Amino acid sequence: MFRFDSVTFMDILRVPSLTIGGSRVTSLLGASGSGKTTLLRMLNKMVSPTAGEIFYHDRTLREIDSVFHRREVCMLSQTPVMFEGNVRDNLLAGLLFRKAPLPEDNVLSETLDRVHLNKPLSEPVDKLSGGEKQRLALGRVLLLDAPVYLLDEPSSSLDENTAVAVIEMIASCVREKGKTLVLVTHSAAVAEKYSDDIVEIRNKVAERRSV
Amino acid sequence: MNGIRELTIVQVALAYVFVLVVLAIVRARGIRREKEILLASIRMTLQLVLVGYLLVYIFENPHPFVTVGIILLMEAFAVFTVFRKFKGKLSGGLKRVIALAICSGTLLCLLYFLLVVVRIAPWYDPQYFIPIAGMLVGNSMTGISLGVKSLLEGMTVRKASVEEALILGAEPREAVREIINSTFDAAIMPTINSMLGMGIVFLPGMMTGQILSGTLPTTAIAYQIAIMFGIFGSVSLCVILLLQLGYRTFFNKEQQLR
Repeated sequence: MFRFDSVTFMDILRVPSLTIGGSRVTSLLGASGSGKTTLLRMLNKMVSPTAGEIFYHDRTLREIDSVFHRREVCMLSQTPVMFEGNVRDNLLAGLLFRKAPLPEDNVLSETLDRVHLNKPLSEPVDKLSGGEKQRLALGRVLLLDAPVYLLDEPSSSLDENTAVAVIEMIASCVREKGKTLVLVTHSAAVAEKYSDDIVEIRNKVAERRSV
Repeated sequence: MNGIRELTIVQVALAYVFVLVVLAIVRARGIRREKEILLASIRMTLQLVLVGYLLVYIFENPHPFVTVGIILLMEAFAVFTVFRKFKGKLSGGLKRVIALAICSGTLLCLLYFLLVVVRIAPWYDPQYFIPIAGMLVGNSMTGISLGVKSLLEGMTVRKASVEEALILGAEPREAVREIINSTFDAAIMPTINSMLGMGIVFLPGMMTGQILSGTLPTTAIAYQIAIMFGIFGSVSLCVILLLQLGYRTFFNKEQQLR
């Protein structure tokens, strides 16, 4: 699905050769500051390589319209930003940007259940904790029903039990629907338990390693 | 109506009493601003005397090149005043947008106002062209300055929101919508407020000047109403051009934040 060919991003990251398969779960491992988020942002076209090419379905990303690509390859940042308003406004934000049809409230409530967020839709977002905001942002991207998900440490602000439940929910949801998931995690245990493939960044170089 | 009462040099000099009184007060109070007050008073006097003689010459010898030249000088002055105000903060792209917005916005409104609303003849009549261009360009420059300030602040303070919107698949135009709307408000509100207060809170300068020179108040009011709409149109058009073209300079061709 994604193929890297001699990719460099400034002096932050090098990806000599790498393939990320479709309908699979790939974990991205590496120390903090190693360039995991940069790699994810390149996949989402929020940044472009300074050298080399990334291919998506055998087309170079440079040829693909960025907005169209981001709607198909949907990313969740590690510290997502909330927009002004309440839980409902934030759940609908991605759909509104895409001018997509808006779901009924019961669908929104089900989404909150899936991400283990027990809050009313009318709750103002500035009353939510960091972990609650992270789950709300996860719900926001899950509602977009994209074929590819790039999740940057989606459980970093959650307690251990909730983190496991959320990761399990994401993995099973992705597998059930045959979607592709690239998951940034700092936990080798999470990577090994839930992934088909693991990519590790060491000394600024990203390479596949055995699961 | 009576014509205007001419002021002699002695009478003008008597107005300097205001400056002398203020100078005496600041000196007595130990506020060290004598130099600035004196400099501003003398500079203002010299500048206006020179402009007065220049305008008399231009009005007596009207020529299309002279009128056009003065308008271009005003435009250039307005553009460089905005550049200087935001020195070091403007990208090359945004500078081009500011120049284009000020020049095309004001010229379009100026030509419509003079040729369609007032219908001056000849078309380059400096007696109308120069003062009205001054009002449109001056007010538009203020509007553009407020707009640029608000746009730069918005793009800095709300950068994370813009980026989040892009990540979620928003077009750059959608991602900056809130910033654009609040910038338009910030740039246009002073003009709207001055329209609201006009005639009640204050009598506008152009109308006062016309009344003093013996024009019927009803004629002066007609001009004032027309020029206020002209200013409103010019400020709005400049700010709309600034915003519609300006936000794009913050993104590259890959629709990423620069």
